[in-house]
Amino acid sequence: MRRATLFAGLIAGFSTLAMNAAQAVEIEYWQYVFDSRVKAMDQLIENFEKANPDITVKQTTFPYADYQTRVIAAKMGGQGPDVMQLFYGWLDKFVAGGLLQPLPTDAFPHDKIESEFFPIVSAMKRGEDYYGLPTAVRSLALFYNKKLFTEAGLDPANPPKTLDEFVAAAEKATKRDAAGNLIVAGSTLDMAGQDHQWWREVLVRQFGGQPYTDGDRKVAYNTEAGEKALKFYTDLQTEKKVGLAGFMDEGQAAFRAGMAAMTIDGTFRLGAFKSIEGFEWGVTELPANADGTRSNYASYFANGISATTSGEKLEASKKFLAYISSPEAMDVWLKTVGELPARRTAAMTDANLADPIYGPFLKGLEYARTTMFVDEAAQRQTTIDMANRVLLEGQSVKDSLAQAAAAEQAIIDAAAPK
Amino acid sequence: MSVTADQQGAAVSRPGATFWERRSMRTKRLVWVWSFLALPILFYSVIRFYPTIEAFWLSLTNWDLLKPPQFIGLANYEKLFADPQFWKVFKNTFAYLLVGTPISLLLSFVIAYHLDRVRFMHGLIRGLYFLPYLTTAAAMAWVWRWFYQPAPIGVINNALGTLGIPQQPFIRSVDQALPSIMLTAIWAGLGFQIIIFMAGLRSIPNTFYEAARIDGLGEWAILRKITLPLLKPTTVFLVVFSSIGFLRIFDQVYNMTTNDPGGPLGSTKPLVLMIYQTAFSSYAMGYAAAQTVVLFTILLFVSLLQLWILREKK
Repeated sequence: MRRATLFAGLIAGFSTLAMNAAQAVEIEYWQYVFDSRVKAMDQLIENFEKANPDITVKQTTFPYADYQTRVIAAKMGGQGPDVMQLFYGWLDKFVAGGLLQPLPTDAFPHDKIESEFFPIVSAMKRGEDYYGLPTAVRSLALFYNKKLFTEAGLDPANPPKTLDEFVAAAEKATKRDAAGNLIVAGSTLDMAGQDHQWWREVLVRQFGGQPYTDGDRKVAYNTEAGEKALKFYTDLQTEKKVGLAGFMDEGQAAFRAGMAAMTIDGTFRLGAFKSIEGFEWGVTELPANADGTRSNYASYFANGISATTSGEKLEASKKFLAYISSPEAMDVWLKTVGELPARRTAAMTDANLADPIYGPFLKGLEYARTTMFVDEAAQRQTTIDMANRVLLEGQSVKDSLAQAAAAEQAIIDAAAPK
Repeated sequence: MSVTADQQGAAVSRPGATFWERRSMRTKRLVWVWSFLALPILFYSVIRFYPTIEAFWLSLTNWDLLKPPQFIGLANYEKLFADPQFWKVFKNTFAYLLVGTPISLLLSFVIAYHLDRVRFMHGLIRGLYFLPYLTTAAAMAWVWRWFYQPAPIGVINNALGTLGIPQQPFIRSVDQALPSIMLTAIWAGLGFQIIIFMAGLRSIPNTFYEAARIDGLGEWAILRKITLPLLKPTTVFLVVFSSIGFLRIFDQVYNMTTNDPGGPLGSTKPLVLMIYQTAFSSYAMGYAAAQTVVLFTILLFVSLLQLWILREKK
């Protein structure tokens, strides 16, 4: 009798153990290594596991340069993450490669996504399906050096609001030595930095054109508007002489060193600029054109669910993805990483909008565009080359623009699915 | 603990003659040799020869990492030879080779030849020449990148300014960028070549020189008739070594122009950088493999050609 009880107890004990083992689901999350992003994710995972004791999340990270290759190689090897981070510009490749599954509509209804997130989230939509949701987004703004502004007789509390004011301020702030060498650039010129995004999505539109049509599959900037936009940009060096491409090697380096009064850069630069001690700097919205037209370029990393994830891992992944794109997660991300919340309500709080640093970036998000690159590095290169042909080889703006448009169209066409 | 383990080990090997102990010394030695050789051979087959052969196959496919490779015949090669970018890169690669190799060899020979006769602080001077070779290419490239900046930041332009010479754009120019980068590459490899040349010079027996001097030969004749011919094996080695180095130049170029890889308008881009970008930025693995095969062919051809030209005439 006693033996039987013992036996029954043992069986009961084993079965609860087995039950527990079956209930504890482990899912794997992948992102690239960036200290603050990893820390933020660690915190989110901790919060998530507390709320969902039956799910554990394992975070795996890879250096940025390897990240895409790792994800793709893992897929070939048949073992990858359940939830993964990806740049919005990689989506075509990831979808074509069968790496992602459409977000299940029961957990992520489209009308909710469309009403709650910033419209740039549409870059994660292919056909009728969304393939990922961002936690945070980045936009561009104009950084300015308050010390250099004061020295040049400009009001540091009143940074340029229009392109004309921007050029005027840059002209005033530019300093040269007796031999004519640039000592302080009024504005940085760095196509390889964020200027190519500024030119493409902002300047071209402000001069009355549009960079692309047909879902960014047709280059449309080879027009008079595009020409004006490129001339405006190259004139900063050739006519107005307020900057020099390659000055101090990189635009952000020139600004950090206090040798450039203004630079256009993104939220991701805040971390690097926060350690500047030699001077105070401010942020303002990208300058509008004379009619008040504004534009901005926004980009983001989204999180998607692997195509091979199914069953209870899929259920756990859905829960995890919902959590990391929740307003609470976005708040953690803003505080830890400094990137802007991807949901309108989480972003456009009075406190955030009043923030002297986040405010201008957030305002930019309202009218920001997202370029649907097929090969960001290659397309960026065509824009860099376009400016270089004018600045270094003296090619006419019109010819250089036409050449760039043809080259970029060729890149886009080559990537089109056959 | 380890003491007992040793004792046990000794005890085990003692009783009777085992299969191994009955083998002859020669067999044992052969087994040893091959077991040591097997490791590198296996290692090389797996990480070198197999991928090389695989690259030839991949160059005939449209592999993009995501979908299984599909055979597309010679399409990658057709695309490559029709690509103006490839011909620019091809030209750049040969500019590095045809200008870089002779200059670096001539320079290192002249320095080695004279350094060989210097007794005063010989070790220090030799050390100074060798120092750049020990430095990480990336670190060196970044320092040079700043040297080439416009005044007042760039050291070189500052010096030119004080001499009253106009400012030069260096790596921001389509014409000067390639020579600027080549200069740093030559400088970086110089120390190694000097050391090898000096070793070559030292290995020429002194008696030859003494005999020549007794016969009344001038320094120039000694250099032409004795030093250079006897230095030939060293020269052949350095020509091949340095050519291969210039043909696959990457570190200097990539690090000196990371924000616009390959210099303004691709003016400094070598083939290896193009391969890197095609493979790891555009993920066109098949196309990149085709470029690799072309590079391989060039390397093979150039090396064989040099060996043939500089061969021992009997």
